[in-house]
Amino acid sequence: MAMATTQAAPAPVEHAFTDDMPVLDVRGLSKRYGPGCPYCADPDAELERNICPVCGTVHAVRGVSLEVHPGEILGIVGESGSGKSTLMQCLYFDQDPTEGDMRVAAYDGGRENCFTVSRQQQRYIRDRIFGMVYQNPYLGLRMNFSSLSNIAEKQIAAGVRDVHRMVGRGEELLERVKIPLRRKQDPPRAFSGGMQQRVQIAKALSNEPPVLFLDEVTTGLDLSVQARVLDLILQLRRDLGVSMVVVSHDLGVIRLLADRTIVMLDGRVIEHGLTDQIMQDPQHAYTQELVYSLL
Amino acid sequence: MTADAIDIAQGAAASAGTPRPMLAIEDLSKGFTLHAAGRRVRGCEGISLSIEAGEFVGVTGRSGSGKSTILKCIYRTNLPEAGRIVYDSAAFGPVDLATLDERRVIYLRNYEIGYISQFLDVVPRTTARDIVRASAAEAFEDPDVIESETVRMLEHFDFPQELWDLYPNTFSGGEKLRLNIARAMVRRPRLLLLDEPTASLDNASKIKVRDLIEQLKAGGTTMLGIFHDLEFMEGVCDREYNMQAGGFVAG
Repeated sequence: MAMATTQAAPAPVEHAFTDDMPVLDVRGLSKRYGPGCPYCADPDAELERNICPVCGTVHAVRGVSLEVHPGEILGIVGESGSGKSTLMQCLYFDQDPTEGDMRVAAYDGGRENCFTVSRQQQRYIRDRIFGMVYQNPYLGLRMNFSSLSNIAEKQIAAGVRDVHRMVGRGEELLERVKIPLRRKQDPPRAFSGGMQQRVQIAKALSNEPPVLFLDEVTTGLDLSVQARVLDLILQLRRDLGVSMVVVSHDLGVIRLLADRTIVMLDGRVIEHGLTDQIMQDPQHAYTQELVYSLL
Repeated sequence: MTADAIDIAQGAAASAGTPRPMLAIEDLSKGFTLHAAGRRVRGCEGISLSIEAGEFVGVTGRSGSGKSTILKCIYRTNLPEAGRIVYDSAAFGPVDLATLDERRVIYLRNYEIGYISQFLDVVPRTTARDIVRASAAEAFEDPDVIESETVRMLEHFDFPQELWDLYPNTFSGGEKLRLNIARAMVRRPRLLLLDEPTASLDNASKIKVRDLIEQLKAGGTTMLGIFHDLEFMEGVCDREYNMQAGGFVAG
């Protein structure tokens, strides 16, 4: 019975492999707190974890390179203090890196190092090309403004002036992240943690960014709410093709979301690979410790 | 020709004008270094095998003999340590899966190579229908086609209709397996890797799985399967390899 139906099946759509440039290409990103000295200037210098034994400089991020390709989800894992959040903040211009080069395909075709362009240009990239979802909704949302205004704020920053368009887009996004429209005028402070996170995601998506950063978005949410946020993220990738960088200390979250994963320890990338390979065949001693302690 | 494509023009198969095998494993070795325990664990050693298009090749052997490692090396869930895994890709031509760049491996997993086990790795609270639909969305673009293919696959592999809109955590091993097959097959892979699909199933379910495999084979899917119970797959496989202590034994 089965074979007849198989023949009637439509042919899958051809998906050619594209070797386009990555949407985000970061090389040699470092962030130091402190003056640095000749000893720790050597990229291979032995540090006490991430602190220079000679001058006491903290090397939060040491020479990290990464690429994110169209529609890809890149996971960044590591324990607290591994530098993953500092890395993310540098990518979103919340902090200035000490060194490094970042090319963004949607900005001038990747011809410029975005770390060295003007503040104004960096704001432009933030508003139009990037979206950010913070672990703490207080960083990403105005808690006393309505949810709709929160979304409008990002659109205004991205240059939208038409109020009807803004409201329409806002409602569409709230529906997409499954916030009931009757609550669109409610401020996020009246929402549960999971709902606040979903409003943040709606806000981050309002300017249709090709790149979305997600910093510990499910940390602190209970498991059923977590599952809904994870499912939403995967749906957004499928429907909109958004590329994402997902930072989490939770390997379970990374396992479900990320196509590729990099593992950070003391400011460095110690291992990178396909996510299932990192989980099932970790090479580095630290990654093994991390993976084998997964519940 | 891509940077990772392999020049096998000098190879005997190519020069004789015979078709290349779909998959040719040459002297594959893989072990595991456990840093905390300070020791190495054996996986597989010196494995060579090849599969022609349309063939169903079975690898049997006891638990711990290393057969799973072979499959995981092909799918690159494990990183091979030595040897080559030459896969004749529709998109790239012959490539060595042992060293192919990650993005091309992801592409092949999406559109050419499927992997089926009894275990379901999905976002919690996702219904069976949504699991297959998400997979269909990788292969098709038209929402109507995605929907109809999802339904067609669930029906085709006899997935009980009353379970379609339930979460899989309550499903039996056989149901999870059928869901996994529907999820993989909706993308029409050219090469299917079967990781102990009959393990821990009762006899009636095993017979169903064997029927499914015969169905896939009749449909032209090339398959490599590993099984711990030798007898069960006899007569279904075109060829069999038997593994012991990491390598093949004659048989």
